[in-house]
Order: sequence, then C-alpha cells, then structure tokens
Amino acid sequence: MICLGIEGTAHTIGIGIVEKSGSKCNILANVSRMYKPEKGGIHPREAANHHVKHFPKILLESIEKADINIKDIDLIAFSIGPGLGPCLRTAATAARVLSLMLKKPIIGVNHCIAHLEIGRALTGCIDPVLLYVSGGNTQVIAFMEGKYRVFGETLDIGIGNCLDKFGREVGLPFPAGPEIEKIARKGKKYLSLPYSVKGMDVAFSGILTACLHLVKKEKLEDICYSLQETCFSMLAEVAERAMAHTEKDEILLGGGVACNKRLQEIIRIMATERKARFFCPPNEFLVDNGAMIAWTGLLMHESGMKMKLEETKVRQNYRTDEVEITWR
Amino acid sequence: MEIIKRGAEAEIYLADWHGRKVIVKRRIKKGYRIKELDERIREQRTKREALLMMAARKAGVSVPIIYDVRIKDKEIVMQYLNGERIKDVIDLKSQQWQKKICREIGRSIANLHENGIIHGDITTSNMIWMHEKLYFIDFGLGIKSIENEDRGVDLHLLMEAFKAAHKNKNLFQWVLESYEENFDEAKEVIKKVEEIARRGRYMRRVA
Repeated sequence: MICLGIEGTAHTIGIGIVEKSGSKCNILANVSRMYKPEKGGIHPREAANHHVKHFPKILLESIEKADINIKDIDLIAFSIGPGLGPCLRTAATAARVLSLMLKKPIIGVNHCIAHLEIGRALTGCIDPVLLYVSGGNTQVIAFMEGKYRVFGETLDIGIGNCLDKFGREVGLPFPAGPEIEKIARKGKKYLSLPYSVKGMDVAFSGILTACLHLVKKEKLEDICYSLQETCFSMLAEVAERAMAHTEKDEILLGGGVACNKRLQEIIRIMATERKARFFCPPNEFLVDNGAMIAWTGLLMHESGMKMKLEETKVRQNYRTDEVEITWR
Repeated sequence: MEIIKRGAEAEIYLADWHGRKVIVKRRIKKGYRIKELDERIREQRTKREALLMMAARKAGVSVPIIYDVRIKDKEIVMQYLNGERIKDVIDLKSQQWQKKICREIGRSIANLHENGIIHGDITTSNMIWMHEKLYFIDFGLGIKSIENEDRGVDLHLLMEAFKAAHKNKNLFQWVLESYEENFDEAKEVIKKVEEIARRGRYMRRVA
C-alpha cells in the first residue's frame, strides 16, 4: 500500500511517499521546502503563503522521485495538528483536494506521534521513550496503557524557540540552532544559568532571559556553550526520569533540535550510563517531513481507522494523549 | 556501606555512623552534565532535600533525623527507620487500623501542604510505620510551593498509587476526608486533582 503524506504544521511544507509492505517501511520520496523569514520569527500567514506557493512543485518532484504514477497512491495523509492554524489549513486543503481528485481515503495524523512512529520504523527500536525537541514542541512521550502519554514537557517555550529567540537577539539567521551549535564548540567557560527542571517538566524562558543579560558582558561562544549545556542537560535529566518511571530501556530522538550533535552525545551518554539503548534517525527524518506523516497514516489506516471529509478539520492544540492508538 | 537502592538520581546505602545504623543518600555524578554544572545541581539538591526534611519536621510530620549533610560528597546521613513500609502492611491489617493510618496520612499531607512543602513522590512506599508513628521518607523530588497545581499533582500521585497497589477502595477516601478536615484550601486542591487526572499524565507503572 502506498501513502502520500503532507506535512505542514509550521515552517516546513513536505511531501513523503511511503510504501508499507508487511511491517516494512519503504520510503519512496521525501521532499520539503522550509520557510525562512527575512527577519523575526515565523509569521503564520507568510508561512502558509510559502506553503501554497511550493506545494505544486514538491508534489511533482515527489511523484517523480518515487517513480510512480499518481494513480498508484492508495491513501492521502496530512498533519491535522498541532501547529499554526494557517499552515495546518493549507496542508489540509491540499490533502482534501488530492483525496477527492484521486478518490482515495484521507486521514489526519498527529504530528508529534508521527515523529515517534517514523523513528520506530527507521531505527528498529520497539518501545522507546521519545525525546521530542523542536521549535514549538518539547515533550517526553512514551506508550502506556493504550496511549502515547506525555510524561514531561516544557512549561513555557519549546527548546528550539529558546535557541531561535536567543539567536535572533544576537543577529543569527533563522533557524539559529545550527549556528549556536557551531559557535558553542569554541566556548570554554561555563557561565552559571538557571537550571529549571520540575519533576519531569522543563522550562526555558528564564534561561533565555539570563543569556540575554549576559550578551554585553561575556563572549558569545561562552554563552552559546553554557546555553546548550544547561538546556540539554535538563532534557537528558527529564528523559532519564521518564525512562526510570516507565521502566523502558530505549530512548529515541525526534524533532529538528535533535540534529544537534552535542544533544545527541549527551543523550547517548545518559543512555549508556543506565545501560539503555540510544536511537536517532537520520536528520532528514528528525526535522518535520512528509514521510513521517505518510507512514503514520498507513499505520492508522491499516488498523482500521477511517476519516470522513467532515472530520478533517485541523486541530491547532491537538494533544498527543488525545490520540486513539489502534495500531499497537 | 551496603547499597540498598539505586535510583535515577541517587543511591541509598545502609551504613554505620558512630555505632549507629544509618541511611546514606548519595546523589550520583551524571556523565552527561559538564562538571561545573553537575557539581552545582547535586549540591543544590542535597541542601534542598535536607532543608525540606527539616521544614517537614517543623510542620509536625515525622521524618528521619538528619545526622549529617556532606556537601562535598553530595550525601545526607540520616536515621535508619527499622519499621514497616505502609505499602507492604496496609492490606494485611484490620479495617480499623487502615482507617487510622489513612487519616494520619491525610493529616500529614495537609500539614506539609499548608506549610508550603510539596513532597513530590508521595506513595505508600515512601511511608514507614515505626513505634506507632507514621514517617515520610524521600523528599528528593520535593519543592517549596504553595500553588494548588503542585499540591494537586502531589495528591494525584498518591491517588494513583492507592488505585494501583491497594485493593480497598475506601483507603484514599479516608485520606481525602482527613486532608479536608485539616486543611482550609483542601477543596480547591481536590478540584485540581480531578483536572490533573483528566490530563492522563503522571501515570505510574506498578512493579
């Protein structure tokens, strides 16, 4: 069975074409375009306009890459939430058009769960704790008693958002994470920052403010270094607590911030110290992508989930633990 | 020193301290944190835990006596309680005893909350019955807070623990009754507990 999945929750519009044969995940195509604001953060309307503009191009590109006829597609999946309203509606509209035009079923996928499912499919972990770290989302998710439950999350802003906001203030381009990672490698002096872990939750806004106060006093490389070490240690700690709490021995990374090599290293050390296994899919599947939507759509569809067109209204605040998990 | 428990954050040892049998709780180094940060976190938490235990005692809740706080080693040396874990004994006792204990649990939590102390891991495994007294142990996840959200999370955890580990459905009801009688803000906290339960987080796998 072949599914075309459309991702459009925030800055990325992506299309993935994925084939499922048995339990095997075969990625035929995975293309995307990312909206980069000229200045400031993501403007939802501008991002949606960007998605509208690029969708037709990446649709053709993905079909070509997958080397299939558009009629070979059996299912249309799209990111139904959570995310920015205008972006979600753009992706949903495109999905509805394709579904009606091709007379194929449509299915709306929870974006956060898609990150987890693609990680499971590509890395071979079975029942992991997912540390999901992106611009808007920071969650520790694991499967328990029939649902993916959020064991820990940010109490204010996402980790990526924290990095981006800091980057913006010191003149780094969006997304600032990769730049901060590069600069941080030169840092040597650890500057004391707030360390904000509350049970299994984290908070980043205080750290951001503290870093901004340091900008005029300290070297940028030392601030970037301290910012990364503090935030990533907090993430490792809550991930470890969730693992201890749920008694799971696999940790999986997901989300754009997980491309950061230092974060990967920190989580790997945490896993090794507690004799757990560490999993991380390639960058292309860590960032927002269409393939994860297509794959999760396939899992949902094959387990018997159906959606009528009227049920495809987007859900900006769709929570991870609201999703009925019928495929596990 | 004989290790008796290995947690995500700390190790618990049984040791001898000037001829006394004691518990040593040591916060372990984390290789994923750089040294400066790791030292600071473990030091802060060791101090905080000791302070919370003292605050709990002041609030009228029995806790182990602290003999020593070794900041350099991130260790707390405390009284060894040679009693029974509530978790292990409550199901075996008479209804009358159960009610007495549950009311004592409710009163203790009310006193903690009223004095701005959140235990952070209230389960029947962290309560010990010794010399006709109820003791609370392991304030390692505790915080100082007077937010009803934090109090609610605290109480919700206990509710989950009761639901999962103990057969008698009345137990938690007795805890709540006594919590309400001993704490003016109890009603609002209990309302929070219901809201927290609906979120479906903080679920505990029962060993």
